[in-house]
Formats: sequence, C-alpha cells, structure tokens
Amino acid sequence: MNVLIVARKEIHQAVRNRWVLASTLLLAALALSLAFLGSAPTGTVGARALDIVIVSLSSLTIFLIPLIALLISHDAIVGDMERGTMLLLLSYPVARWQVLLGKFLGHLAVLAFATSLGYGLAAAALVASGSRVDSDSVAAFAAMIGSSVLLGAVFVAIGYLVSALVRDRGTAAGVSIGLWLFLVLIYDMALLGLLAFDQGRNVSAIALNVMLLFNPTDVYRLLNLTGFANVSAFAGMAGLAQSTSLSVQLLLLALLLWMAVPLGFAALAFSRREL
Amino acid sequence: MNAMVCLANVTKRYGRLEAARDVCFDLGQGEMVALIGHNGAGKTTLMKLMLGLIRPTSGSIAVLGDNPAAGQFAGRRHIGYLPESVSFDAALTGRETQRFYARLKREPVAKALELLDFVGLGAAAARRVGTYSKGMRQRLGLAQALIGRPRVLLLDEPTTGLDPELRQTFYEVIQRLAAEGTTVLLSSHALTELEERAGRVIIMNRGIKVADGSIEHLRNLARLPTRIRLKVAGLAPGEIPSWLPASAPCRRLNGHVVEIDAAPEHKIELLRCATAAGTALEDLDVVPPNLDELYAHFLRQTEAPQ
Repeated sequence: MNVLIVARKEIHQAVRNRWVLASTLLLAALALSLAFLGSAPTGTVGARALDIVIVSLSSLTIFLIPLIALLISHDAIVGDMERGTMLLLLSYPVARWQVLLGKFLGHLAVLAFATSLGYGLAAAALVASGSRVDSDSVAAFAAMIGSSVLLGAVFVAIGYLVSALVRDRGTAAGVSIGLWLFLVLIYDMALLGLLAFDQGRNVSAIALNVMLLFNPTDVYRLLNLTGFANVSAFAGMAGLAQSTSLSVQLLLLALLLWMAVPLGFAALAFSRREL
Repeated sequence: MNAMVCLANVTKRYGRLEAARDVCFDLGQGEMVALIGHNGAGKTTLMKLMLGLIRPTSGSIAVLGDNPAAGQFAGRRHIGYLPESVSFDAALTGRETQRFYARLKREPVAKALELLDFVGLGAAAARRVGTYSKGMRQRLGLAQALIGRPRVLLLDEPTTGLDPELRQTFYEVIQRLAAEGTTVLLSSHALTELEERAGRVIIMNRGIKVADGSIEHLRNLARLPTRIRLKVAGLAPGEIPSWLPASAPCRRLNGHVVEIDAAPEHKIELLRCATAAGTALEDLDVVPPNLDELYAHFLRQTEAPQ
C-alpha cells in the first residue's frame, strides 16, 4: 500500500515535470525516423520491414534507454536528501525499502509508458503505411519493447545504487555518466580488443559468454538480435546465434538478476544511511 | 504519568563530534516541552533520533512503544514532525502534497485538506509548492504535521517565518492539542514566546542536557534575583531610598525609578519595607527572571571551568 502511494506520487511528479512527455516524444521521434529512413537500404520490396526496425531500434535502445533511466534515477535518493524532502517523508509511517520500491515502480511505469508508446507508434505507422507484417514480427517487436523496459529497469536499479551510496548529487551524476560510458561503450570495445588480440587462443566460448553476461547491455543485445530467427538473420548475428549456448531463458534471468541485485544493494545502503 | 517518549543515556557521535551525550528524559502524555539551546546544541539531533532518522551511538529510545533505531515505525502514524526549514517537492501543489501525506498516515484526506484552510493556505492550495514563499512552506509544514491528531508532536523551530497573527493561532492549537493529551516537544529561539506556554523547559548545550524542569523549578535552581522597580517621588538624582538594606544591590534607571536586584529569599521582605516606609512610592513592578536570563545563566554555569 505504502509502495503504491509513493509510486503514484512519483508518476505524478514525472508527469508534472514533463519527464513522461519528453522521453515519450524522444523515443517516438527516433523510432519513427528509424522505421522510415532505416528501411531505405532494403527498399520497399523488403517484406520484413518490422524485423529491420527491431535491429536498428534495439541498437539505439542500448544507448538511449540506459541514459534516460540513469537520468531519472541517479537523483532519487541523494537528491531528495539534499532537497530535504526525504527527511519529512521518512518521518512518516513508511519503511525505507517501501520508499525505494515505490520510487522504482513509479520510474519503471514512466519508462514503460514512454517505450511502449514511442516504439508502438513506429510499429503502428509501419503497418499503416502498408508494410506487410506477420505475427512472428509482431511477437519479436513486442519482445523488444518488453526487454527494453527491462533494460531500463536494470539501469534504474543501478542509478538507485549510485544514489544511495554517494554523498551529493554532483557525484551521483558523474558516477552515473561514467557507468553509462563503461557499460555501453567501453566494455564492448575492450572485449572486442581482447578477442582480436587473443585470436581465439585462450578465450573460450564459455568465457566469452560469461563476459557477455557481465554486461546488461550485451545481454539485451543477445536477447534481441539472436532470440528470433528472422531478426538474427538481418542482424548478421545468425552465426553467433547458433554458436552461443545462451538460451533466451538464461538471458532473461541474467537481466532480472541485473535488476534485482543492484536494487537489493540500494535498499541495503539506503537503510543504513543517516539523514 | 504515561511516558510517550523515553530517552535513556542517549549518545550520538559523528566522528569526533558529540551531538548528544548521555541524554535522559521522558516526555509524558499532554506535556508541552520547550527544547532550547544554541544552534548545534543537539536539538535537531534529538528529534531525528526519536524519529529513527539516525541511530544512537549508545543508549536507548522508545517512542510510543516503538524502538525507532530498530526501524520500527508503526507508531509514526501518531507522530507529527515539522523539520527545521521544511521542504516539499516543488512540482506538486499544496493540496496534492497534503493528500499524499494524509494517505501515508491512513487518515481521511478531506480532514487533512481542511488543515490547509486552517493555516491560511486555502487560496494557494492549487498552486505548486515551488511558487510558495518561505512562510507559506512553513504553514504547509504545520498543516502536514497536524494531520490526524498526532499523539506526539515534534516541532523544530515551528514559528520561524510565521507572521505574529498565525503564531498566535499556532500556539492556541498546540495548547489545545496538549490539553487533549498530545505530547508536544518544540524547539525555538523565540524564548519569550515559550515562556508562558511551555510547562517544561529542557536546556541543551553542546549535546548535554544542562537543565530540565518547569520555569518555576528552573528559577529556584538558578537563584537569579528578581528585579523590583520602584517609582519614588521626590528623590534627588543619584539618591537611594534610605530604608533600603545596604546589602541589596540597586541602581537608578532614570528620573524616578530605582531598580533593586532581590535575591529570592529577600523579595517579600524588600517589598514589605518599600510599602511600609510610607515613602512617596508611586509605582511598583516585580520582574521575575525571564527565560532568556535563565537560559543564559545555565549556559554560563556549564561553560564555567569546574
């Protein structure tokens, strides 16, 4: 009950501050432009327009959704403490984990709304413009939206952990940007560099799988680009999809863990903090 | 007496700084207690300890049967808290804010919203809190603290930023609540305001409780002189009435007024002398030591090398 009251207030605030509007518009604009411009290479004959959109859109999601999620979450605890609103809230009959979970649900609802509506618009526009879309593609697209929200949840949880640990808002913002850069850009480049250097001598397939699981954005990428046969063909990952032993269930489990573990540690750190 | 809040040997250390040291007191039902002390004397720390916002380094606290340090919070439904320089989420309106807090306390929203009218925010209730002035935020802070007839009220500097009229109504409400059994602990710098209202005063200095009791009790402890002011006709400048015992320190204030510092035990005797002498006594004022003086006295006493 308390969790829902806090979640509701968080959503209310996000609507007021135009977070919802801004993120929905941003995602919709990018999804729409990808849907129409991004399909240019395959021409209008390309039957699987939606599958192509999934490939380009999920690559974009990897950059954008973590950024939006960290933007709304890095401030959640330390910001409220600095503004002094946390002091009053915690004097009410509500446990700290309830505050955190309420905020999480609220922020997740905002992300889910923006992603579903923004991406959904692009799919709807494709259908409206006469592209043939079969049920397989729709399922893959829905799965892409779902996993994008899950990726958002992972980064909201990571943002909370940062927010619960650091002393001030500036540090929270800095650490969040650093984490974003590392997980979205640097990790993959370093991994690529390692594989190129190693030439397959020491790094086994299992080790590679493990390293991919250690980065939620890679898990998301594998989930979307290899999870569906048609999509993986377009993504040029068909080969990888056959060689990787990571099942969809395992990838989903990895993402869920990536969400639950930081959230749990954030709750722990928050419960020990003094105001 | 039913203790609502019990502090036993509470110490709170921040690194090397001792924000509270070995503090003990109980607050009974319906008591109105003033917590006074300099900035940094430990007033806010004590309130935060009672709310479980911070944990004591040692000692134990019980508030409405809960141990706040262990994260128990059921009793917080019956606590109203107004933090020093209260702040709210700027994006929400006054009404939305009040509704949110009423829901968290499981109190009827309609009654909570009536409090907005009571603190004079009725007209501004639909505006965002971000547009409020400091005084208006303070009023909203009061309104949320009063939600649902709290059994314990912790008010940190409640009257700063309030205009005199609202101050008056505020104290009336607090006193009415105290009469109905609410325990009120309030900290303030405006000592004169508290003088007639607080039934009990706790003086803090550098984290240590230096005095605790009713104002009369503190006066007895402090043994500060009562000032007697006499207006005597026909007294030459600089002249002291002849009937005054030589031991009583006195001074001339202006034309006709003589001020005598009377030790508690000599007060009645001096008054008797003044009226019996049949001198041209025109007027007489008795000024007992006020809270400001008592406060200064207890601070001096603890600061003095022992």
